This record gives sequence, structure tokens and C-alpha cells, in this order.
Amino acid sequence: MWRAGVVLAFAVTVAVASLVAQHGYSPAEVAEGGRLFQASCARCHGADGDAVAGVNFARGQFRRATTDDEIVRIITAGIPGTGMPPGNFSEFDAGRIVAYLRSMTATPTASAGGPGDAARGKAVVEGKGQCLTCHRVDGAGSQLGPDLNSVGPLRRTGELQRSLLDPDAEIVDDNRFARVVTRGGETITGRLLNQDSFSIQLFDAKERLLSFTKSDLREYAILRSSPMPSYRGTLSTEELADVVSYLRSLKGRP
Amino acid sequence: MTGRVLKRGIVGAALVASAAAFNSSWTTVVAQVSFDRLLRSAEEPQNWLTYSGTTMSQRYSLLTQVTAANVKNLEQQWVFQAQSLEKFEATPLVVDGVIYTVQAPNDVVALDALTGRAFWIYSHVPSPLARPCCGRVNRGLAILGNTLFLATLDDHLIALDAKSGRLVWNVTIEGARPEAGYAFTVAPLVVKNKIIIGVAGAEFGVRGFLAAFDATTGGELWRFNTVPGPGEAGNTTWAGDSWKRGGASVWVTGSYDPDLNLTYWGLGNPGPDWNGASREGDNLYSDGVVALDADTGTLKWHFQFTPHDEMDYDSTQVPVLADLEWQGRMRKVMLWANRNGFLYVLDRTNGQFLLGKPFVKVTWASGLDDKGRPIRVQSPTEEGVVIFPHAVGGTNWMSPSFSPRTGLFYIPSLMDSYATFPRRAVEFVEGRVFVGAFPVGPIQALRGGPINRRIPEQGYGAIQAFDPKTGTQKWIFKLADLTDSGVLSTASDLVFAGSREGYFFALDARDGSLLWKANLGGNVASGPITYAVNGRQYVAVSAGNSLFAYALR
Repeated sequence: MWRAGVVLAFAVTVAVASLVAQHGYSPAEVAEGGRLFQASCARCHGADGDAVAGVNFARGQFRRATTDDEIVRIITAGIPGTGMPPGNFSEFDAGRIVAYLRSMTATPTASAGGPGDAARGKAVVEGKGQCLTCHRVDGAGSQLGPDLNSVGPLRRTGELQRSLLDPDAEIVDDNRFARVVTRGGETITGRLLNQDSFSIQLFDAKERLLSFTKSDLREYAILRSSPMPSYRGTLSTEELADVVSYLRSLKGRP
Repeated sequence: MTGRVLKRGIVGAALVASAAAFNSSWTTVVAQVSFDRLLRSAEEPQNWLTYSGTTMSQRYSLLTQVTAANVKNLEQQWVFQAQSLEKFEATPLVVDGVIYTVQAPNDVVALDALTGRAFWIYSHVPSPLARPCCGRVNRGLAILGNTLFLATLDDHLIALDAKSGRLVWNVTIEGARPEAGYAFTVAPLVVKNKIIIGVAGAEFGVRGFLAAFDATTGGELWRFNTVPGPGEAGNTTWAGDSWKRGGASVWVTGSYDPDLNLTYWGLGNPGPDWNGASREGDNLYSDGVVALDADTGTLKWHFQFTPHDEMDYDSTQVPVLADLEWQGRMRKVMLWANRNGFLYVLDRTNGQFLLGKPFVKVTWASGLDDKGRPIRVQSPTEEGVVIFPHAVGGTNWMSPSFSPRTGLFYIPSLMDSYATFPRRAVEFVEGRVFVGAFPVGPIQALRGGPINRRIPEQGYGAIQAFDPKTGTQKWIFKLADLTDSGVLSTASDLVFAGSREGYFFALDARDGSLLWKANLGGNVASGPITYAVNGRQYVAVSAGNSLFAYALR
């Protein structure tokens, strides 16, 4: 009984496979694709995918591709004679980037709260917000937290808003912090650079590269929350919009 | 010449005369690895004559010079750096003072076990059409008589003279085309005069098989289709003609019980990996173990760990054979920590399910029924669903070890691993990957890097010791990163293993406490071995692209 039905289902499956593949990516694939996009694509295409002339991912506008397969091919092979280089991605990872690109059309970037004033935002970052206590912009500030010098093309407006209001919402592996307590009782908190079964490496507020043998420590822990405070209530809606606008304007040095 | 530690001095036959002229004190030994020696290999622990140490595949050695008390004095003796950037997945053979191993992809190397210096290298350059899914790797060789056997990525079986490295014969394996994804990465198993191998390629929609070849001529003697065709028992467990692309590949070496004359092999995933819609049914013998008559290849029994798999839980683990007192009587059992997260004990005379319990966190099945069949509660969905363990599994291909002294089963484990499994339509195109949507999870399935900033909740590696009589954990040694390492246990109650971080370490086999470690700087992606030369015990392991040998200082 099931055999006949399944044979039919299989024939249909094959026929529509390429259509189905156009849509229906899982949130996990989209999220993974987003990470890959930010790491490898956003620097040229921009976080919103509209920084290259004639291309706007958020509007589904591609110059030389229509299907997912065509986009995968361009991601992996590049476009000779243009600024689009071949990417060092497996077919799977390229597919996840496509999943993210497709998701961008579904989540428009309209800066909620309206565009702020980048100049005012700069003043907040350097003053009231005390952001440079941990972050760094154009060589000023601390290297303890993530460098914001080129955060503009790497993060979308909504992502920056979320990080400012709810820093614990998503902590990527590269931005984790850890705390160790030495035998002598000294507590050191720093950005987690690396760890293995027997050792742990940190970068602390004094900008020291530290390495500890775990068996020499009284205790050690990777923090599950972000050391960054939430700015909900600390900054006004307008100030938040200004800060986001300023951060979006940071494109790094050429 | 067997059964005792031999004096140094294996050299190529052509070199014997001149070598003797230079140093008349050298003892010339002719390696004659009869099948009887292979069957009794446990009695000559100075050698490592088969992939898993013995045909029982326990990776347990009777060498006891290195003990819990002195293991801290292990010191590196030599390093052989492979001329390859691939993972070093081969388990070396050690035959009377000579190490035979494979430098990726398919170079056979003979080394002096004392110094690591090469005697000869035979290079087989596989066709560029070969497309193994997960690296241009090889897991090692087999030896019989004076002949070494290599199965290649481009579907050849090659016989070499162990003394000279010269080609004896080279046959093409029928029906296995590299451009269609058929590839051999497995170390062959010798049974009597037969060389048994199986084909990889389930990620390309191949139809798997095991085959035996005449050691003298290379002629094929029998073949067992791991996906039964029309008219063969089990074919109706595949909808329509899905059996043609059914996978059930073989990429880890099997075992052999001489009393039963049965050879046991673990089989890989059904194709496509992560969408079973096109292949309704149990999909025999994918994700199962088959027991074959070694003379004829006839199926005697089978046991399927994961019927109708949609998570890529290959059963390509080494079947570990042990004789245990089981509820008052001695039984011939098979121990199996499966990629699907369950630890099984089977009666290897008939495949009867004796015990099965999770050894890692498992959510896809709520348990096993009284026949050992999983009670399935999760499968991939369109939108994706989080399933424990990750597709990489609760363990994978790395070899476990069983110590008859401690009675414990040592399992390289991937703890708390998970992934989101989306179900995606997939079309078969010959030579292209045929899998569906790759699951997404925080751990890296195939290889990691030198930086690890994950938290344990995202998955980590461990060596676990289980009592197979009860299926309970006796101890766990936790690692910060995953492990792709096999395990070695010794009669001095040591357990050796490694990690992706590049550590090679020794644990107390009874309580798992760390006794010694060394940082080798590269992923340990094969099983450690031990051997002896001139009465001195060595422990060897590959890490990164190199093979390292240790002995007491």
C-alpha cells in the first residue's frame, strides 16, 4: 500500500525539487547564513545588501542570477572581471547564505524609530553612553569589547538596536567573556580568546594577553551573559536612534 | 619467529646483502604474516597486525611496560611528517619492527619503527575524478604473507610487496566508478586467503557493497550488496527503485570470529541522508550490522540500529567482539556504541539484542523496544527541528576499546551535541551530493580549528567508560573540544586517546583520571597503537599530518 503511494510521491518530489528549493529555509539555516554573510559578504554588499550598484538583496534584486542554484554558483565561483571574488564556501554554506539573502526580503530594514543623527550619536557614544570604556572606534577607546570601527556594514539596524537594548539576546562565540580566580585569590574577567581541556586564554581590560592552566586556578567560568549593560532607560529613544545611525555610519578605514 | 620481541633488522630483501655487509650483527627476519598469525595476533603484542589490533577489534594490548606509575616518563622518540595536508586517519600496522601506514591520499609508507625513518614509499595517485565526501583520506592497510593491501579512493585494490614496496597486482573494482562517488577509504580485513573491503559514497547516492578478493590474484570471490536489489531479501524495505541510490556504505573495517567463521561489518547511512520521503521503509541494511559467512559472503544475520534513518547516523563503527559472562553463562557478544547515541550489546552468534541504553543525550528516540528497535519520536521537518545528537553522532567512526581486564568499554564520545535538521527536497544527479539539507548546529562536524570559544552546552568531547553488562557509565573524562580519536587500552590498565585540540593523553583505565598528556598540536583523527622493538614499548599516534612515537625515557 505505502509503496505505490510513495512511488508517486517520489516522482512528484523529483519534479518539483528545484521549485521547493527556492523557498522554505529553516530559521537555523537563515541564522547560520547571516553569520557567514556578515563575515564574508557584508563588507562589500553592506549589511542591508544594497551597497553594490544594481544589487539590492533586501529587494530581491540580483544582476546575474534568479534561482537559488545560480546564486550559489556565483557565491562559490565569483564573477570574473568584477569585484565579486570566488568564495571559499561549500555548497552547503553557500546555500545558507542564499537562505539569508532570501530572508532579507522578508525582514525589511526600515530603521524603526526613524533615522537618527549620526553626529549626535557620536557624542553619546563618546560621552553619556561610555561606550569607549569597552569598545574602540578609529583607534580610540578600549580593545576589550568588539571593535566598532567597521560595524556599519556588518550589522543591520535592527541588530544594533537589539544589542543596545538586550545585550544578552545573542552572544556570538567570538564575543564571550570568562572569569577566572587564581590560587592567590585574584579575580580576572576578560574576553575569551581561546580554551582547551587544560588551559584558557583571555584578553583583559588592561589589554593583556593572558593564559592560564586550568588546574592552577581556583575556579574558572565562561560567562553566559554579556558584560555590556542594557541602555533601555539609560538612553532616550532619540539617543538610541542617534547611536544606531552613528554606528551604521562607521565603515572603517579604506 | 612469533610470540617474542624480535631484534631489529627488517630491511628490503634487495638490501639484505649489502646491509649485512655493512653490519654483520644485524639479524635478518623474513616477515611471514600467515593468517594463523593474524588470528593469534593478541599473543604477539609487540606487533599491530590488523587495523583494530586483532580480528576481535578490541584495541587492547598485552604490553605492560608502560604503567600508571611510569607513564609520566613517556618521551617523544620520533615524528614522521606526512607530505600531505589531509587528516591522518590511518591506523598503522607494525610488523616485526616495520611500520606500514598510508600518507593521504594513497601513498603507502614503510617506516623503521625504532627511528621513524622511511624504508620506501609507494605512491598511488588517485584519479582526480574521485570524490570522497569528507576528505581524501585513507584508514590503513592489511597484510597477509609478504603482501600489503590498499583500497584506493579511485576504486582500485592494490597489492604491494611488503619488503620492496613493489606492485604485485592492481585491480579495478567492478561497478565502482569514482565519478559516481564510489570511493574506498577503509583498511581491508584479511580472512583466510581473502581481502575484504567495502565501498564508501552514501553522500552521492551509491549502492553500497562488501566484496572479497583473492589475496594471490586480486580476483573477486564474493560480493554482498548492502542494499538488496529486486529478488533479494530486504529489497521491499525500499520504496520503488530508491534502492538504486540507497547508500549503506562501508568505510570502517569489520571484525571476524574464527569459531563462527562470521565477518561483521557496520554499514553507513541510507541516501539521501536527511530526507527519507523517497525511500519509505526500513531501508535495510543501512545503519545496521551484517554478519556474513566469510567463505561465501552469505548473510547469516543482521541487526539494524536506526531503521529509516533521516539523521545520518551511520553504523560505521568497528564491531567490537568480546566473550562475556552474561547473566550466569558465557556469551559471545558484540559491543556497539552507535552514532545514533545508543550503546548496544548483541549476541554475535545470531544477532539477538541483549541490551541497549543511551550513552549520550538522545532525543530522536524515547528508547529501544525489547527487540532493540528505536521508539522514534523525532524526524527532520520542513521548518527544522532540534535533535540530539548532532548528525556527527554520539560517536562516529573512531574506534572504541574493550579491556577484558577491567571489563569496561571505552567510547570516544560527543556529549550534548545537537543540530537543527531541516527536511529539504533533493534530486539525484550522478556524481553530485545527494543528501538534502545539511543540519545546522554549533559544532563543526568534520574539522575544527585552533580556536574554541564554545560553551559546553553547545557540545563537547569525552572519553567514557561503560560497563557493558549493565549499560551504565563508570567514568567520564571531559574535553573542551570534540574528539575524533580512537581509544587504546592496555593490560597495565592504561587508556590512551587524543583530542581535536591536539592532546594525546593517558588515563587510568579504572577511574579515568588523567595520568599523562602531551600537546601534539594537531587533531588526533585515528586510533593510537602500541608496539615493541628490542623489548621497549612504544605508543604511536597520528595528530595533524604527522605520526608520533613515544617510549619511556
